[in-house]
Amino acid sequence: MSLSSEIVGPELAPDAPPPPTGVDVAGRSPGQLARARLRRDRVALVSGGALVFFLLVAILAPLIELVYGVGPYDQFQEKLRRSDGMPLGYAGGISGEHWFGLEPGSGRDIFIRLVYGIRTSLFIAITAALLTSLIGITLGTLAGYLGGWVDSVIGWVTDFALALPFLIFALAVMPTVELRFYGPRDEVPTWFRVAVLIAIFATFGWTSMARLVRGQVISLREREFVEAARASGAGLGHMLFRQLLPNLWAPILVSFSLAVPAYVTGEAALSFLNIGIRDPTPDFGVMIFRSIDWLQGDPAYVFFPGITIFVLVLAFNLFGDALRDALDPKSSR
Amino acid sequence: MTLLQVEGLTKHFPVRGRGLVRAVDGVDFGVAPGETLGLVGESGCGKTTTGRMLVRLLEPTGGRIVFEGRDISHLGRRGLRPLRQDLQIIFQDPYASLNPRHTVGRIVATPLEVNGIRPPGGVRQRVRELLELVGLNPEHYNRYPHEFSGGQRQRIGIARALALRPKLIVADEPVSALDVSIQAQVVNLLRGLQRDLGLAFVFIAHDLAVVRHFCQRVAVMYLGRIVEIGDREQIYERPRHPYTRALLSAVPEVTAPARASGRIRLAGDVPTPLDPPSGCRFRGRCWKAREVCATTEPPLAGGVACHFPEGGAG
Repeated sequence: MSLSSEIVGPELAPDAPPPPTGVDVAGRSPGQLARARLRRDRVALVSGGALVFFLLVAILAPLIELVYGVGPYDQFQEKLRRSDGMPLGYAGGISGEHWFGLEPGSGRDIFIRLVYGIRTSLFIAITAALLTSLIGITLGTLAGYLGGWVDSVIGWVTDFALALPFLIFALAVMPTVELRFYGPRDEVPTWFRVAVLIAIFATFGWTSMARLVRGQVISLREREFVEAARASGAGLGHMLFRQLLPNLWAPILVSFSLAVPAYVTGEAALSFLNIGIRDPTPDFGVMIFRSIDWLQGDPAYVFFPGITIFVLVLAFNLFGDALRDALDPKSSR
Repeated sequence: MTLLQVEGLTKHFPVRGRGLVRAVDGVDFGVAPGETLGLVGESGCGKTTTGRMLVRLLEPTGGRIVFEGRDISHLGRRGLRPLRQDLQIIFQDPYASLNPRHTVGRIVATPLEVNGIRPPGGVRQRVRELLELVGLNPEHYNRYPHEFSGGQRQRIGIARALALRPKLIVADEPVSALDVSIQAQVVNLLRGLQRDLGLAFVFIAHDLAVVRHFCQRVAVMYLGRIVEIGDREQIYERPRHPYTRALLSAVPEVTAPARASGRIRLAGDVPTPLDPPSGCRFRGRCWKAREVCATTEPPLAGGVACHFPEGGAG
């Protein structure tokens, strides 16, 4: 740690202010310091680069499709062996046209399905993380700042949500909700499944953020700068948004960046169990689920989605850890 | 006319299953405009709680706080708003009292912003003036608290308290967290401000030497009550309450080491404010205690709350 080089300030004797220089002396904010630390961290740079790459792939998926020339639903039955549906060629049919080969049976292109899979997966994960953060921050701040019965009620709800078994709840709710809105023979649209998935994640996921924020708010509430604002007549809005929230961004950001990979794997797991995204829609969980059937004949099919999800989750987690170190250098060392 | 009058001020904190902590239990005093009143006593005697009630960070359980003829003891946030400009507080810990995510300029401007005040020449100009007033470089407007030393931070806190041009400032141990060398600078700054701006101060401290240097009048607190109040000379030269005498005798003096032999050693600890002793609260540790001390609580008469004050009955 080279703290001394970062702190620019107190070299001045308090009783002898130097003559005004005519320019504003700008200090470095805690945020700027964190950014500087992040830039010096090689793991953060590499994992951050990977993150940006995945995000770009997700956003630019239609563009990639255009350049690549193959869509996620295009089938190439003529490139499969007629007898057992295995792709022709080596390693699952890898070629200049199909970079990661073809899916056995259906003959769809694995590369473009992965690209769209990242899109589906990241959309669900990031939306769920945003939603849970929003709920968690709101409830946590209210519980921590107001205390009293508000805190007690929010505490009970948190405990209740934590006590519900997530997987069983998801397994039970998904088909029920689908039947409630669509008939047993109707096709359930993908957007509806995505929405239900996000809702399930949001129902269960906000608790950790709420607890984190509540604890932080309670420790900040008693700090004298909050009292100073109150002594000058500040209202609730000023307290929460001007005094408290700027001090909460660091833990919130870390928690958010660690929540996203958890939702990526969670979504893949639910889709693998057939209660999330269903087959024609490109998705990690669905791809891995389908590839199990072809594991012996075509191991390349499980390899690509497996590696991609692994790298994606690893990059998010490493970046989250690096972010934590940068924002709060005292906590790790 | 007094600026601030406190009558029977009381604050009880409920403790779950164990009754009430009588942090402040019936305190009376007044502060005239431009006057400095020192509030001294050991830890836990209720001086900080009293200070927080004065600026209404805490709501009193009982008693009255009258500021410029208005009872402010139970006003809500809106009712207090016009008074906030006249009543400000300086905190003890210069590291906790400034928001680490705000620039110095923003911190000092917060009271102006919250109260919707637009000073002539702009907020920025006013903040620069304030920074200069407390001996800081006004060019440090855009710096963050972590870039300043403890003494400088305390100056920022003082500038913030001055932003609304208050008439009375409650200074809650403003120098006890600072180095001794810095303490003198900050106390002198406060003194200069008090003289130049005609501010009244309630100066809370446990350091008797600092209070002697700064305050015209002194109130000594013990276990939630004022045991003695009077002019500086009277308290320091002719203390009448046994507790005041013990407190003063505990101050180490470099110039007169001979007095060390005259030090009064009090037996035991401060009793718990959950269950204060009957009668005089100091009787358990007092060498003059007699039967009447256990039965009757001595009223604060003639500036001292004791049945047997030094120098004859008050």
